[in-house]
Amino acid sequence: MKHVKTIAKPELNKITEHSGCGECRSSCQSACKTSCTVGNQVCEQRVLVRNSGK
Amino acid sequence: MIHAFNFKDDYFVYDVESGSLHEIDKLIFDILKNNDLANYDKKEVEEAKAEIETLKANGLLDAPAPEYKMDEKRLDVKALCLHVCHDCNLRCGYCFAKEGTYSGAREMMSLETAKKAMDFLIDNSADRKILEVDFFGGEPLMNFDVLKKTVEYAKQRAKEKGKFFKFTTTTNGVLLNKEASEYLNDEMDNVVLSLDGRKEVNDSVRKTPNGKGSFDLIIDNFKYFRSIRGDKSYFVRGTFTSKNLDFSKDVLFMNDLGFDQISIEPVVLSDDHPLAIHEKDMPKIFEEYENLAEEYVKRRKDPEKWFSFFHFVLHLNDGPCYKKRLVGCGAGSEYLAVAPNGDVYPCHQFVGQTKFKLGNVFDGKLNDELRHTFAKTSLFTKDECQNCWAKYHCSGGCNANSVNFNGDMNKPYKPACEMMKKRLECSMYVFAKENN
Ligand code: SF4
Ligand code: SF4
Repeated sequence: MKHVKTIAKPELNKITEHSGCGECRSSCQSACKTSCTVGNQVCEQRVLVRNSGK
Repeated sequence: MIHAFNFKDDYFVYDVESGSLHEIDKLIFDILKNNDLANYDKKEVEEAKAEIETLKANGLLDAPAPEYKMDEKRLDVKALCLHVCHDCNLRCGYCFAKEGTYSGAREMMSLETAKKAMDFLIDNSADRKILEVDFFGGEPLMNFDVLKKTVEYAKQRAKEKGKFFKFTTTTNGVLLNKEASEYLNDEMDNVVLSLDGRKEVNDSVRKTPNGKGSFDLIIDNFKYFRSIRGDKSYFVRGTFTSKNLDFSKDVLFMNDLGFDQISIEPVVLSDDHPLAIHEKDMPKIFEEYENLAEEYVKRRKDPEKWFSFFHFVLHLNDGPCYKKRLVGCGAGSEYLAVAPNGDVYPCHQFVGQTKFKLGNVFDGKLNDELRHTFAKTSLFTKDECQNCWAKYHCSGGCNANSVNFNGDMNKPYKPACEMMKKRLECSMYVFAKENN
C-alpha cells in the first residue's frame, strides 16, 4: 500500500484456548508500585511457546 | 473503534479491537479525521480511501469486538503484596503510606504471620503455577531477617506443591548494603529501587527523618546493585510531582548514571497537596513525554546509552490475552495485600481502610462478597472505558484511585487517563520507529 504501512497486527480479538490462563504477571497501575500497564506485559503462553522453540 | 493521532509529523492509526497499528500519511489521517480534503488530488483521495477499505476488509481497521463472557466466579489468588514492615527510615513528602504506617501503628510483620501468608497464598492458588510475592512496606529491608526466612519457607512449600514463586522487593536503598544487594540479586525476580532523579529533585522530597536529602545515602548502594545485576530485572523508579514537571531530565539523568531500566510515575495526591499535579500541568507533561520519546529512540540506538523506560515498553504483538486486558490488576480477586498483623486487603492502596478489610490470614476465610465486587469490575462495568481507545492497554485504571477520588471503582480518575493515553501514543511512536 502506498499510504499505509502496517506496523503490528496481533489479532487481539481472536480469543484462543489459552486466553485467561492467569499465569501472567500481576499488574498495578498505581504510582506507588512500579505500575505495570497491561499492554507492556508479555503473555506467558507466548513465552512458553517461544522457549519450547515452536 | 479507531484512534488516529500524530506524533509531530508522523501519523498513525490504531485499531482498538484488533490491536493493529498502522503508520499512515497525512492524507489518510485527514480522511479518518473527516478533515477538509480540498487541497488533495482527487485520484489520490480515491486511492487512499480504497486502502482504508482494504484494511477494513482484512480486519485491521474498525474490527469488531470479540464475543466474550466474563467468568468472575474464580477467586484464586496468585499474588500477594506482603507488608513486612509498616515503618520507614525516610520521610518522603508524597508518601501515600504516611511514613510507612498506613495511618496505623509502626509495626513489623512476624515470621509466623509471613509464613501463614505464604500458606494462605499456596492454599488459595488453585491450579496456578506461578505465584508472586512483593515485599513491600514501609521499607521492607527494615525487616530483612523475616524477608529472608519467608523466601526460604515459600520456596520449600512451593517445591512440595509443584509451584514456583517470583519475588519482588521495593526498597528506598538506605539499608541496601553489599550483603543485602547480593541477597536480593540472587533471590528476587525484580527489584525496585526508589530514586526520583536529579539530586536536588530527589532531596527536596525524599528526606531522612532529620530533614536531610537521601540522595548521597543511597546512590552508591544503587550503583553497586546495578553493577552486579547483569541483565536480570530491576527498576530505578521515581515519582514526579508538580515540582519537577520537567521529569524527562530526571529520566535521562538516571540513564546517565548508568541505569538502564527506568520508570518515573506521576504522583497521585489530592488537589490541595503542594506536590499535587493539576489539570493545568497536562500540556507541560505531554510535552515532556514527547521529548522523552524522541530522545529515547535516539539513545536506544547507542549500546552505551540504551535504556528501557517502563511506560514506553509496549508489547503490541505478544502482549497479554483479552481476558487480562479486561480486568487489569486483579486487586481484590487474584492480587491481595497483607498487613503486618495478617489483615488482608484488596491491594496495598487499600491497606488500613477498614471497610475494605477482607479478613486475616489466620482465619483463612475472606469476605468473598466483597471480593466478587472486585472480580466483577472490568472494562465492561466502566462506562467511560468502554468508549476509550486506550482500554485494552490501560484496563480501566487503578480501582483504588477511582475509589479514593470518585468514590466508585467504576469511575476512573481522569488525570491518570489523560497521561495514560499520552504515554500510549508515545509508546506507539517508539514502537513504530523501532519496528519499521
Ligand atoms: S481508565 Fe481512563 S484511560 Fe483507562 S480505559 Fe478507562 S477511560 Fe481509558
Ligand atoms: S487497585 Fe490500583 S493500586 Fe491497587 S493493585 Fe490495582 S492498580 Fe494497583
